[in-house]
Amino acid sequence: MDGYSFTLAGAELTALASGALYWDAPNLLCVSDLHLGKAERRARLGEPPLPPYETRDTLGRLESDLRQTGAGTVICLGDSFDDSAAAAALPEAEKLWISKLQAGRRWVWIEGNHDPGPVDLGGTHMTELPVPPLVFRHIARSGQSGEVSGHYHPKVRLALRGRSLSRPAFLLDSNRVILPAYGTYTGGLFSHDATLTSLMRPDALAILTGPMVHATPMPRRAILRL
Amino acid sequence: MRGFHPPYGSPHCPSSLCFVARRAYLSGMIPLPACFTDWFSARDWQLHPHQHDMLARADAPATLLIAPTGGGKTLAGFLPTLVDLAEGRHSGLHTLYISPLKALAADIKRNLTAPIEEMGLAIRVEDRTGDTSSHTKRRQRADPPHILLTTPESLALLVSYEDAPRIFAGLKRVVIDEIHALAESKRGDQLMLALSRLEALCPGLRRVGLSATVEDPPALARYLAHGAHPCDILLADPGPDPDISMLEVSEPPPWSGGGAAYAIPAVLDQIKRHKTTLIFHNTRAQAEIFFHNLWLANDDALPIAVHHGSLDRAQRSRIEAAMTRGELRAIVCTGSLDLGIDWGDVDLVIQVGAPKTVKRLVQRIGRANHRYNAPSKALLVPANRFEVVECLAALQAVRDHDLDGETRGPGPRDVLCQHLLIRACTGPFDADELFNEVTGVGAYAGLPRAEFDACLTFCATGGYALRAYDQWQRLLQRDDGQWQLRDPRSARLIRMNIGTIQDSDTLKVRMKRARGGRPLGEVEEAFAATLSPGDTFLIGGQIVRFESLREMVVEVSRDAGRKPKIATFMGTKFATSTQLSERILGLLAQPDWPDLPAGIRDWLHLQRRVSEMPKAGHLLIESFAHDGREQTCIYGFAGRNAQQTLGLLITKRMEELGLAPLGFVATDYATLIWGLEAVTDAAPLFDAASLRAGFESWLMGNAVMKRTFRASATIAGLIQRNSPSTRKSGRQATMSSDILYDTLAKYDPGHLLLEITRQEAMRGLVDFGRIEEMLARVDGRISHRRLARVSPLAAPLLLEAGRTPVKGAAEERLLAEETARLMQAAGLAG
Repeated sequence: MDGYSFTLAGAELTALASGALYWDAPNLLCVSDLHLGKAERRARLGEPPLPPYETRDTLGRLESDLRQTGAGTVICLGDSFDDSAAAAALPEAEKLWISKLQAGRRWVWIEGNHDPGPVDLGGTHMTELPVPPLVFRHIARSGQSGEVSGHYHPKVRLALRGRSLSRPAFLLDSNRVILPAYGTYTGGLFSHDATLTSLMRPDALAILTGPMVHATPMPRRAILRL
Repeated sequence: MRGFHPPYGSPHCPSSLCFVARRAYLSGMIPLPACFTDWFSARDWQLHPHQHDMLARADAPATLLIAPTGGGKTLAGFLPTLVDLAEGRHSGLHTLYISPLKALAADIKRNLTAPIEEMGLAIRVEDRTGDTSSHTKRRQRADPPHILLTTPESLALLVSYEDAPRIFAGLKRVVIDEIHALAESKRGDQLMLALSRLEALCPGLRRVGLSATVEDPPALARYLAHGAHPCDILLADPGPDPDISMLEVSEPPPWSGGGAAYAIPAVLDQIKRHKTTLIFHNTRAQAEIFFHNLWLANDDALPIAVHHGSLDRAQRSRIEAAMTRGELRAIVCTGSLDLGIDWGDVDLVIQVGAPKTVKRLVQRIGRANHRYNAPSKALLVPANRFEVVECLAALQAVRDHDLDGETRGPGPRDVLCQHLLIRACTGPFDADELFNEVTGVGAYAGLPRAEFDACLTFCATGGYALRAYDQWQRLLQRDDGQWQLRDPRSARLIRMNIGTIQDSDTLKVRMKRARGGRPLGEVEEAFAATLSPGDTFLIGGQIVRFESLREMVVEVSRDAGRKPKIATFMGTKFATSTQLSERILGLLAQPDWPDLPAGIRDWLHLQRRVSEMPKAGHLLIESFAHDGREQTCIYGFAGRNAQQTLGLLITKRMEELGLAPLGFVATDYATLIWGLEAVTDAAPLFDAASLRAGFESWLMGNAVMKRTFRASATIAGLIQRNSPSTRKSGRQATMSSDILYDTLAKYDPGHLLLEITRQEAMRGLVDFGRIEEMLARVDGRISHRRLARVSPLAAPLLLEAGRTPVKGAAEERLLAEETARLMQAAGLAG
């Protein structure tokens, strides 16, 4: 399995090319910002519709990561649903699929800003979850250490000989790791945004996801492109 | 007004009514009302024969008039209307005039109003386009004018209103201007479907089509006719043959490229010797570069301008106005001046670059010299050596009156889907009745009922894969069997998205100022994405410096000092037509070429000596090592788009065969591929069955295919470009249509929209039909030449721009290299 291994507060973690984070010792897989039901929510709010099936696409990738890691615990790190109504409005087939994925594992929904309340989909619902030496929460807090979070959908743009390329990325330093969004329809915040440059230490790394992982010093300046 | 002619020898009369004086002609013709004859004789003007013929056929169900530019077509179209309305007995809408250009509608309005007022006729003429205010539009619906001038899109919108039967009550005639241009695009299909609605509302409606010279008039007549009703063809006197030749330039053209900078002094010399010169280019980028070079060499400061579709509308209008006033000596332009208002005094047309199709060349030549009996004068300027051969072939075709043209397939189903939605906006409908209406349209005459029903099902449910989603459930069938909108409020969204024009995704360009500077025009999003602050590019003939991007507007400043980066516009990339390609192959087959300049002759003889000449019934493939790469050159003569697709397909085959292709470049006549391994046996690469299989599987994931899908999905209403709440940027639209495409390909490969996409891919950007045609022509006869070095015909391709890298592992390799370098630089390697 392609991934980038690193240590956070003594925990041996692997950033997977899919955008999931795997922790071998407790056999734990963490994914963030699934935004399930986004197409449905947009249509409901009268925004320009996005094509459907993003829920299936996201769940399909999650299923494949679970198969490959055999993880016994899954932590969904918040914004798992585009809003609480989207969770309730999931088609029956997709609810069943989630139950199938949950079977035989511990499953934790961390609450996010999009999905603050509990959902009727099995698993445990928590505002944050400490698994020493780490703590899992949706939005990073400055001054913390050993923190695993999501929320910002970080991405990175690099210039490569005449073309530029942008990829969702993990951001990590000695205090924290911020996960990229795992959902199919998710925009993102570039690593050079002030919010992220002030949150991350100067020696932070970015782990680009995609067909394979690539580690690079976290870009802090904008490459002025569209 | 276009097509009204001054008497011989009289000075030019721009934009006013003028008639050729054919004094002997009037006797024995349909008598005109007195106010008309008085008005004409006061000006010493009389009618063309075909203008009389049109009057005589005022009651024919459909008439197609084919007349050269400046043949007085528009008057011929309107004369029966004016005569009928002069009696003053008609109230409400009488005649609809439809033109592909908004500007033309406005111009016709101006020029009809003058004689109507001078003759004291009580006729109301109004135009209605996207530019018309909503207040005026509302008033026009309540109280339509006698003559309404509009565009296909505005008509489709009018037809969608619940009160359409009232708006169009009493309509007698429809005049379609530039129908030859409309018939080549989906705008024409939409128009003909809208006419089938009008026909149902106003039985007995008479149709008139006005066309420039076309290769197959009966086909166009069938296109215009309603159902089985006849459509007569009137051919106006085409006038004398044009005076056309290649521009003589002392310096030979370069090996490759399309700039034609070598010809600037000779072109400037021609401009000086003529009153007004139109200089046509095939692409906007080439027009910009040529104008820039022309301006630099313009020591006498002649008034010259550049005009193309990416320039700001206000700027275009200024140029058009200056031209109408006769103030400009030359206009460097693109297809944006192919149609439209007659520019009075053009006495020379220059075509830079090979014309690609003979028909368009003839139509462009027709823009010069609108005196009825004087020949149009035109010069061809090949931009590179191969184009010299192509220009010669085109010249011969023009002299032989051998026009080319693509035959269009059956009526496109994406347009039909939009029509069904539009029909539902008007009110409930019966599927059988609507099917009969639709099959009364020439292009849809052969539409099987099953395909119609599939379109209806798609509109009703979104198709099998999408049936669970409310936003695509748009129609429902009532208990009485009629179909209607599921939610009447969706009519608004459908109306907002009417139309078939696919504007490429562009960003506005403005001068940077505190409160928003002067708009200059537009560049493509993809081009803007390559700009960094400080980069310079050409737009509207000036060099500007990219400053910043603010709210989807490219802000620039003036920067005359530097060499510009080139503005790229996708525009339409024309491919050389099949017929012209055949002529070129015929020309190459000659033993010698006395009509060609010595340098070109030597080049072709050398090709014959070191390799061989491409032949019609063979596929020539050359392979040789050059520049540390193994090169393979495929002379398919299938046109630029098909050669590009061939590059995609063959490199994919090569990757499978372990030949490690790195990239390719395509022109209208060949594809050059480079890679790490030599091709020793070309035959397996061109196995027709596996190429076809490749088209099905590999191309499904291709960006060009996705672009084709997006166009059809937008027309069919699967993707909305406009919505009441927000306006998506082009990039967002691309994102979601790509996801939708992948989704359908995965879960519903038989979906109607994918079927339509496959059909569309046979022509246009993918143009797989031309590859099929080439394979059939070659029928397995492949001559593969292993050469010690690059051949004369392949050499220009090595210099050609627009190289496509073969993607895949390459991107990851580049990314790995770059991140490793950055880690190293940060002292983090290891």
